[in-house]
Amino acid sequence: MTQTPSAPEALEEAAPDAAADHGDEHEHPSDRQYVKIALILGALTALEVFTYFESVHNLGDAAIYVVLIVLMILKFIYVVAWFMHLKFDSVLFRRVFVAGIVLALGVYLVMLTAFRIWGV
Amino acid sequence: MTTTSEPPLQLTAGEQLVRPSTSLGVFSRPTGETGWKSWLFTVDHKRIGIMYGAAALLFLVIGGIEALLLRLQLAVPGGNVLSEDAYNQVFTMHGVTMVFLVIMPMAAAFANYLLPLQIGARDVAFPRLNAFSLWCFLAGGIFLNTSWFLGGAPDGGWFGYAPNSGLVYSPSHGMDFYALGLQIAGIASLVSAINLITTVLNMRAPGMSLFRMPVLSWMLLVVQFLLLFAIPVITVALFLLSFDRLFGANFFNVEAGADPLLWQHLFWIFGHPEVYILILPAFGIMSEVIPVFSRKPIFGYPFMVFSGIAIGFMGWGVWAHHMFTSGIGPVSVAVFSLSTMFIAVPTGVKILNWLATMWGGRLRFNTAMLYSVGAVAMFTIGGLSGVTHAISPADTQQTDTYYIVAHFHYVIFGGSLMGMLSGFYFWWPKAFGYKLNEKLGKIGFWILLIGFNLTFGPMHILGLQGMSRRIHSYAADSGFNLWNMVASIGAFVIAAGVLLFFWNIGVSRRRARGSPPVGPDPWDARGLEWMTASPVPTHNFDRDITVTRQDEFWHRKWRIGTDGKVTRIARAEDVAHDGSATGVHLPSPSYWPVVVALGLPLVAYGLIYNLWITGIGALVILGGLYGWVFEPPDDPEDHGHDDHHEADPSGEAGNGANGGGASGNGEGEPADGDGARQLAAAGTSGGPVAEAQP
Amino acid sequence: MTDVADPTPAVTTPTDAGHAPPAHPPTTTGLTHNKVAMWLFLGSECLLFGALIAVYMFAKSRLPAGEIGPNDVFDIPFTSVSSFVLLMSSLTMVLALSALNRGEERNFRIWIVATALLGGTFIAGQVYEFTVFVDLGLGYTTNIFGSAFFTLTGFHGAHVTIGIVMLMSALVASLRGRLSPRNAETVELIGLYWHFVDIVWILIFTIIYLFPQ
Ligand code: HEM
Ligand SMILES: [Cu+2]
Repeated sequence: MTQTPSAPEALEEAAPDAAADHGDEHEHPSDRQYVKIALILGALTALEVFTYFESVHNLGDAAIYVVLIVLMILKFIYVVAWFMHLKFDSVLFRRVFVAGIVLALGVYLVMLTAFRIWGV
Repeated sequence: MTTTSEPPLQLTAGEQLVRPSTSLGVFSRPTGETGWKSWLFTVDHKRIGIMYGAAALLFLVIGGIEALLLRLQLAVPGGNVLSEDAYNQVFTMHGVTMVFLVIMPMAAAFANYLLPLQIGARDVAFPRLNAFSLWCFLAGGIFLNTSWFLGGAPDGGWFGYAPNSGLVYSPSHGMDFYALGLQIAGIASLVSAINLITTVLNMRAPGMSLFRMPVLSWMLLVVQFLLLFAIPVITVALFLLSFDRLFGANFFNVEAGADPLLWQHLFWIFGHPEVYILILPAFGIMSEVIPVFSRKPIFGYPFMVFSGIAIGFMGWGVWAHHMFTSGIGPVSVAVFSLSTMFIAVPTGVKILNWLATMWGGRLRFNTAMLYSVGAVAMFTIGGLSGVTHAISPADTQQTDTYYIVAHFHYVIFGGSLMGMLSGFYFWWPKAFGYKLNEKLGKIGFWILLIGFNLTFGPMHILGLQGMSRRIHSYAADSGFNLWNMVASIGAFVIAAGVLLFFWNIGVSRRRARGSPPVGPDPWDARGLEWMTASPVPTHNFDRDITVTRQDEFWHRKWRIGTDGKVTRIARAEDVAHDGSATGVHLPSPSYWPVVVALGLPLVAYGLIYNLWITGIGALVILGGLYGWVFEPPDDPEDHGHDDHHEADPSGEAGNGANGGGASGNGEGEPADGDGARQLAAAGTSGGPVAEAQP
Repeated sequence: MTDVADPTPAVTTPTDAGHAPPAHPPTTTGLTHNKVAMWLFLGSECLLFGALIAVYMFAKSRLPAGEIGPNDVFDIPFTSVSSFVLLMSSLTMVLALSALNRGEERNFRIWIVATALLGGTFIAGQVYEFTVFVDLGLGYTTNIFGSAFFTLTGFHGAHVTIGIVMLMSALVASLRGRLSPRNAETVELIGLYWHFVDIVWILIFTIIYLFPQ
């Protein structure tokens, strides 16, 4: 009749508690860092827009897609990590948010693939 | 052996739990603990749970009457009880009602009532949002049902396949009611999911680690996550449908290049997680009931938990099994066929664990146990037929026939509803202080079980004979006559069983007057919810409970010797709190959740009939939110300091102004959460210690 | 969670009645209810916007040849500017929060106003863009692309608008002396929402506007 196996017990809690410990109060980036991030974001945006204008087009669509997606992901991560503090905050938040993103990516990409919209 | 010996608490005696305030917000706050107002404006999770349950039972009657009409129509070939049009409306509303207005709110009833108790908390994290969820759900349900009187109910099936549900094929307002009504009910579910997840994560009693929570709490947690992520998907689908119907958008306009499969994908991406939303609460209930009446702990607790989580994850990867014959292509069919077969594995794990829990136990077949065991058996049958349509070639024959109808009634009626009926019999004494009559309960169970199998068993045969679902009548020479008649008779047997349940409530209630109280723990149960008085006092627990293991309460009553012998070390009455604590600070009732919930159907009616009404509804909502935000969640006069008020946490409030210092206290100190105080016992002045900022 | 390992099962550890503070942290995780709720909400929103974006991509792929489509209406330079404006509003938002955390009320108000103004500029740009599209012949009901485009960007615009209302409410609260570093969390939550809306636009800008049509 014994119960409470210890393995799950160990899994437990560590994450949120540990996260809470290194409390978000102290690790706020400075305003300077914020401005720096914003500059990077601006530069990345400029790069993105550049793909639209220039003779970049002889690169071929595939390459442009790749470049744009990479830039987009970078911007996304910068905002989430720094402006939304996810880099410094509890892992619990990160998990919830990543769960949402991964689920969304998963189901909608499969749906679009089933529709064969990629033209392949 | 000692029992608990907490020192006396320093609580001011004789204080009312909820006290009036005159100075806040736009109006004075609702007060009092009895009368209809105390229910309408309550923020107490237990009352909210009870009202969820009552509403679900009411809708069960409505949905049941619809079912009887369907079965009357189909009892004989060429029936003429309902016209084709009426038949479409009735079968659509039957499905919509049973899924969204019966099973889901019934699960919400258990979640609201039991989750905070099982984790040892005083209330949920956001009591007013909780009230809002209830009224929002009710507003949606009533809104949907008013369509009967306003030109016809929805008639496109509970799955609402577009473009069949579009203006061309469904020109009445019915499907507008469907799209907007489910949207409102969806808001209720989403808000409630956020609320309950926060509650479980943040408000557990000291020592109540996640892996000490009862299996029911776990399953409810998984369900809330499923809701959190699945509701937005159907939200989008419903918006697209509404925009097509109301504003002439082209999402499902095939002439404009649209594809009917778009709706099917979106609906089933939501829809399959939804079926687990329907079943997992019942799984949780069965996992509480079976151990208690087997007098053994649940077998393989970690497997139970992890299989529940696994079902939650895998439920996202199987939706296209509802579309095997829709033309999604061979690769998609193969992939989804496989994934569907896999999902039966964690489900099977659960069934084996329930059986192993009973194995070698000293079984007591009370009504609650009968329903749980019945649910395991019936669900197993439904799960097996589910596996048969996971095999796509076989499904090509089965799909859209009564075989599918048989499948989902075995899982939803046989599994979810019977599981929750088990829950009613099990927790009834906890919520109301008296047991439901066992004799009537057992008779009712057998009637229901027999009626259920009479109704849905033959549908397997009918389906394999080729009888389509959603048809209004059939020809006399199709060979369907016998089993349709049997199914229709069975439906009325089910109705008798359900009526007996209601009758039982009345009888037991009457008999309970004058008989001795049931005490905190009538079943010798295991969860923390039994560790306080029955019915549960407003403040739940007199003191914080420090949890040291799973089934903490049971272990305070029993000791397991080194030889494995179990001996009683304390009476439940001595371990359980008697509910006598006073002066515990609780969140105060509020008008605003009701007001905001009232605005939503106004907006919806307006979208259908006249945009001016939408404007009025929007103003009501805005006014309600304004009142809400500027009303502190707790009445500051209930305690001297540290009140707080915050932006609507779900973000849907629209205006996040901090309510600022309430007039009751000059300084308006911040704190977190709209939540009930974790514990007031530490308070020194009759009030609680407000939570400090971390 | 001090006494988790308490080996004596039948005896409750008495909670320290009488003297504060309570033996356990205020919330189990140490995180505030509001913030947990906000992140859950944002997690949920991922599936909402994901669906809208997917529907747009699907609709665009099914636009019959010859119908008015993205190439006929998009004005990339214009949208680039408004995207940049929204991006920068995220910067002013964090600066507002950090000013509030330091107790610099004046700076806080300036940055909040700046954020709201940038958001407002974005919305104004969107309204302008919509009217231009309509003039060019692309209405909500024109074709499947129009329906999907206006729905997606409309949903986003509604989110931005709600964000502006929240920012203004925070400003009013501050002007009435009701915001202090101690309840900066309210502003932090508004900020989370604001940044989320911003990252959604990051996706929209790339996927809807910049991808080769
Ligand atoms: C063992 C696990 C299960 C498997 C393998 C399974 C499989 C399936 C499949 C393949 C279908 C589509 C059949 C068709 O339309 O051709 C289906 C339909 C359905 N299932 Fe299940 N299922 C399982 C469990 C459940 C559970 C637990 C529920 C609900 C509590 C459920 C509710 C439904 C409903 C409502 C439908 C019909 C939807 C409609 O077309 O209206 N199933 N199931
Ligand atoms: Cu399914």
